[in-house]
Amino acid sequence: MEIFANLALGFGVALSPFNLLMCLIGVLLGTLIGVLPGVGPVATIAMLLPITFNLNPIGALIMLAGIYYGAQYGGSTTAILVNLPGESSSVVTCLDGYQMARQGRAGPALATAALGSFFAGCVSTLIVAMFAPPLAEVALKFGPAEYFSLMVLGLVAAVVLAHGSLLKAIAMVILGLLLGLVGTDVNSGVLRFAFGISELADGIGFVTVAMGMFGLAEIITNLEDKGTREVFTKKITHLWPTKQDWKRLWAPVLRGTFLGSALGILPGGGALLSSFAAYTLEKKVSRFSHEFGKGAIEGVAAPESANNAGAQTSFIPLLTLGIPSNAVMALMIGAMMIQGIAPGPQVMTERKELFWGMIASMWVGNLMLVVLNLPLIGMWIKLLTVPYRILYPSILVFMAIGVYSLSNNPFDVLLMGIFGLLGYVCVKLECEPAPMILGFILGPLMEENLRRAMLLSRGDPMTFIQKPISAGFIIASVILLVIIALPALRKKREEVFVEEA
Amino acid sequence: MKVKGPKEFWAGLMFIAFGLFFLFWAQINYQMGSAVRMGPGYFPSVLGGLLAVLGALVLIDAFVEAGPKVPSFHFRPLIMILLSCLAFAYTLKPLGLVGATALLVYLGALGGHEFKFKEVTILYVVLVIFSVLVFVKGLTLPFPIWPAFME
Repeated sequence: MEIFANLALGFGVALSPFNLLMCLIGVLLGTLIGVLPGVGPVATIAMLLPITFNLNPIGALIMLAGIYYGAQYGGSTTAILVNLPGESSSVVTCLDGYQMARQGRAGPALATAALGSFFAGCVSTLIVAMFAPPLAEVALKFGPAEYFSLMVLGLVAAVVLAHGSLLKAIAMVILGLLLGLVGTDVNSGVLRFAFGISELADGIGFVTVAMGMFGLAEIITNLEDKGTREVFTKKITHLWPTKQDWKRLWAPVLRGTFLGSALGILPGGGALLSSFAAYTLEKKVSRFSHEFGKGAIEGVAAPESANNAGAQTSFIPLLTLGIPSNAVMALMIGAMMIQGIAPGPQVMTERKELFWGMIASMWVGNLMLVVLNLPLIGMWIKLLTVPYRILYPSILVFMAIGVYSLSNNPFDVLLMGIFGLLGYVCVKLECEPAPMILGFILGPLMEENLRRAMLLSRGDPMTFIQKPISAGFIIASVILLVIIALPALRKKREEVFVEEA
Repeated sequence: MKVKGPKEFWAGLMFIAFGLFFLFWAQINYQMGSAVRMGPGYFPSVLGGLLAVLGALVLIDAFVEAGPKVPSFHFRPLIMILLSCLAFAYTLKPLGLVGATALLVYLGALGGHEFKFKEVTILYVVLVIFSVLVFVKGLTLPFPIWPAFME
């Protein structure tokens, strides 16, 4: 079995002392920012990106991956104890987790979240190991037309999953694509939209945009209200779920894991969508659906398993196609490029140790996370009592230093400020930044593939429909768009997001 | 005609402005080329036009469907946070990490609801020591630590 040989190679890499340390740092940081509301994995990874330049590629990627799935564990703690999503993907966990805590069952809720996440982490690691190689083989046959259509599908999916108005989400994607074009055009060497500013010759840095749109805008929005938090600092007496709980939670964990794994693979998918879909599904199929919202353990088990599964399987499109499915994956591409690795199907064959090492590290990281989150839970609870007025100046310092160090130039910080302003305006106008970020990353890639495809087909746009794989992607995109544009479903989608908010 | 959805109204205008800007700038300055050999102006023109059209649709929506008001802007955190970042970036070379971080932390803290001088000062000292140790000594970022006039 080749898969076992490969996994063995991976564990050999992941268990080296240095990589273990990187993994530990990653999951620790991930839990930390997951616990803290108002600091997300996007801003954190963006902050650390310049620093990874000094690390070796495997260590850097292992650490960054750990932050993403570690944040899924940490987010649930805050959701259960404070009724605030520490992470956007634990929004639904608030519903039942907090109710459980109020009933004095915070311990079992935390344990369910951690163990469910661990189970999901193990399964989805295997899924990545099984499905990534065949997918990469298919991807090696992709030409520019297929790549272009796949990116269209990815962007459409991102739009479907965005909150609120469909039109505005599409517009944000296109705005992102346009901003991605700033800089030197690779084909003609013409400097586009640079307005004579020499710093813009290489384009706008992705980190700068992400930090502005997510990091700065988030801080400013958080400073608007004087929210007070009620933390369950009472001693958590028993952690272990009762026998009755176990009986009720194994099926939701299984369903959550598989649903989450499937949705994570989708372009535009990831932890957020998975947790949300799993909660909705569970509410439909559960025998205890009347208890949902009042402290049903299923309402914690399913979404927490799903978000971790989704976080991990969203690495599949990144590793096999070189296409990011969400903002975090877009940052991972950035990290790979910093290290001189061109993301794509060839990574698996040319950088075997990197690919399998990363997969193995996910399992190792999940194991660390269970230990970090169950016995050490008290430490994280203390952290929740740190007031935001201490927290945000610290975040500001790291963000400013991180962005400045990208090219040792104050201009990048200025750009971050401009995007912070744009991000704040977007929050006010209910335009979501996530689709824009995805468009921003894909902009140059899409233009490049579109040009090549059109050159090969001598200017005939039918090429996108004549090639079977490409046609499949286009048809899927159209179907997706039509489905959500239908009035009945549109209403449903809006309801769904209202419920989530 | 009455604006029923203010959020859509302003969002629509924003998209139209961005779209038209990219469209016209590309048209004036860059070559379009043909579908077979696309010039640097082709893709941005198409996208810019598309964005303007979408913006117009959003704008129409604002007159058809009722929506919530735009929540008011809080200028104090907005201005102080942006200002603190800029102050840091443009004073890092002349004032060093010690001076620039002071501006960043104090100005940033002024953007919040409470400003306790003692607390912010402690926070500042901790952050400066941490940044110097981790970023300058540990990760060897080429930042000056002290203001230039003290060197």
